[in-house]
Amino acid sequence: MEWFKNKHIQVLEWPSQICRVEFSLCVLLQKVDLHRLEEGPPLTATLTREEGLKYYRTMQTIRRMELKADQLYKQKIIRGFCHLYDGQEACAVGIEGGITLSDHLITAYRAHGYTLTRGGTVREIMAELTGRRGGIAKGKGGSMHMYTKNFYGGNGIVGAQVPLGAGVALACKYLGNDQLCVSLYGDGAANQGQIFETYNMSSLWKLPIIFICENNQYAMGTSVERSAASTEYYKRGDYIPGIRVDGMDVLCVREATKFAAAHCRSGKGPILMELQTYRYHGHSMSDPGVSYRTREEIQEVRSKSDPISMLKDRMLSNNMASIEELKEIDIAVRKEIEDAAQFATTDPEPPLDDLCSHIFANDQPFEVRGATPWTKLTSTS
Amino acid sequence: NTMFSTSLLRVGSKLIGLLLTRKGHFNTLGLRNDFGFPPGLRTKTFLLGPTTKMNLFQSVTSALDNTLASDPTAVIFGEDVAFGGVFRCTVGLRDKYGKDRVFNTPLCEQGIVGFGIGAAVAGATAIAEIQFADYIYPAFDQIVNEAAKYRYRSGNLFDCGNLTIRAPWGCVGHGSLYHSQSPEAFFAHCPGIKVVIPRGPVQCKGLLLSCIADQNPCIFFEPKILYRAAVEQVPTEAYTIPLSQAEVIQEGSDVTLVAWGTQIHVLMEVANMAQEKLGVSCELIDLQTILPWDTETVCKSVAKTGRLLISHEAPITGGFAAEISSTVQEECFLNLEAPIARVCGYDTPFPHIFEPFYIPDKWKCFDAIKKLISY
Repeated sequence: MEWFKNKHIQVLEWPSQICRVEFSLCVLLQKVDLHRLEEGPPLTATLTREEGLKYYRTMQTIRRMELKADQLYKQKIIRGFCHLYDGQEACAVGIEGGITLSDHLITAYRAHGYTLTRGGTVREIMAELTGRRGGIAKGKGGSMHMYTKNFYGGNGIVGAQVPLGAGVALACKYLGNDQLCVSLYGDGAANQGQIFETYNMSSLWKLPIIFICENNQYAMGTSVERSAASTEYYKRGDYIPGIRVDGMDVLCVREATKFAAAHCRSGKGPILMELQTYRYHGHSMSDPGVSYRTREEIQEVRSKSDPISMLKDRMLSNNMASIEELKEIDIAVRKEIEDAAQFATTDPEPPLDDLCSHIFANDQPFEVRGATPWTKLTSTS
Repeated sequence: NTMFSTSLLRVGSKLIGLLLTRKGHFNTLGLRNDFGFPPGLRTKTFLLGPTTKMNLFQSVTSALDNTLASDPTAVIFGEDVAFGGVFRCTVGLRDKYGKDRVFNTPLCEQGIVGFGIGAAVAGATAIAEIQFADYIYPAFDQIVNEAAKYRYRSGNLFDCGNLTIRAPWGCVGHGSLYHSQSPEAFFAHCPGIKVVIPRGPVQCKGLLLSCIADQNPCIFFEPKILYRAAVEQVPTEAYTIPLSQAEVIQEGSDVTLVAWGTQIHVLMEVANMAQEKLGVSCELIDLQTILPWDTETVCKSVAKTGRLLISHEAPITGGFAAEISSTVQEECFLNLEAPIARVCGYDTPFPHIFEPFYIPDKWKCFDAIKKLISY
């Protein structure tokens, strides 16, 4: 946990009058660790007011949405498995800031934040959590299986999504459309064999893929020291250049992603990013999250490195926005979440026919054998 | 040496203290409860010495405890087993036996099984845990191509018989696609390994100890919905239940019911319903070992009753019921009074929200019996 203690952000202040709102800010970023790279992302970033407000709103939406999901889960309106993303918002928002919506992204099961940044709406996400027909996957996927355009989910079996990402990247290269694919995985999944297979293939064929390891220090309840021979995940690509970035600072993540995207688009092949981040909730809703780490640790991260607070402080202390403005955003976000929760609880569940729909792609309806020899359901997908 | 080797005798001795679970289809917690684990479900064993009330995960812990105590080469490994496991199957074992005998692996199923095979070949009694049966597929190559074929391809020079793989199995009410699967049919297609599924704590401990003792690589699937729900008085000493022997839980004369794991309890309810409402006497058989399975017991029973119903949660096409059905029609063709009925899951991925409609619950099974009787 040393990296938390060594964090510090310095801010260069533009000269300003007291009542004037700043529209642009130059921020000095945390130093980034490099592997097989001569130079890394720039050490300063420009934050405009518009960007600041947008990031604030998106991160706040993710935070509130996850907390609402927590609440609904405890009321047993959401059931099954629910892996929450609060604490890691800067990763999703920062990555999206560095790429465009025409680029591709794939991740594992902690996917609610990415579903939002990739174009999903809170309504659809929450309805998917409750398994209703208005859900983003029509209620058939649940928490772990959410998809939007150019966002390939939402995957339950960790590690399996990374070779998939390489395939998408190959398609981008083949089609020559200057797009790339971002493949995310966690510190636990970093030990899966298929990820190393993917490193090899993507390096050999110079695929435009950004591997991102979201290192939130714990794989379920196992800390990184206990599960990995090398906790320097950004170096684990060996022959693939890597950067290690502070994942709690949305600007650090954005700049690193921009740098990585430029690297890929110039045809140099894959690059690996490790985002050092933290989740406040346990692994999933069945995990209280305090048996393998102390409450003090969670509190410490919340007070010192919370991504939303950091952005808020930055904006307020530099007159980029007033506290009332941010409060208004908070209120608007809250309302959006409430509406979405209302929708998610009242929308009807998908019809029973959907049980058999979309198993195969079929031109004509075909019969699906049912639980007993005489029950057959018709698949009309 | 405290290992007793004993067979299940049909002496009708009942075990005491079986706990009742919730009735009804799905209770307010949304947990599946279209079956109960009622008192009086006869589990025919000798009471071997002192017994303690244990649920399924505690019976697993007890079996592992006995193994680690009596076999100095035994090691247990898997994801998160050190603190006790996500289902508490290994609680207390690390403290008792040390961290070089009960240890965590990183997140790598293929690595876990491959490593387990190696440890077994070198002589250790390796007990690997795969966190959910749904995650076993990265290890499929290791199991099918390496573990199953080791003895055969080396002409008996080497074998990995000391390997046992344990995995939680089956639907649990809210597991959705990747925490509910029943993959026994995939492994049934592979000569060289054994696949075993218990129905309750007493069977679990006995069968697990048999798997560990067996000189072939074994896969032991534990019905996760029964981990807490099934409670019985289980002997604290070690004992084994023979593999490849099906158990006739209830004798009957009209219909043979075959299942394994959780589905046994569903069929128990169905048998009671059939008796009450239709006056049909059902013979209920727990297959216990899927591979190699006890053809004799099942065929003898079908020769007597003339009707067979097989039920499992896994999808119907290619599910293990197909194998049983095929063999029984070969052996007992002229004894059959009606086509063999299979009540299984639909041919879809295990669903998220549709689970109550997907599973072969007691109503579907009861309906099947009605059709069998009136054929």
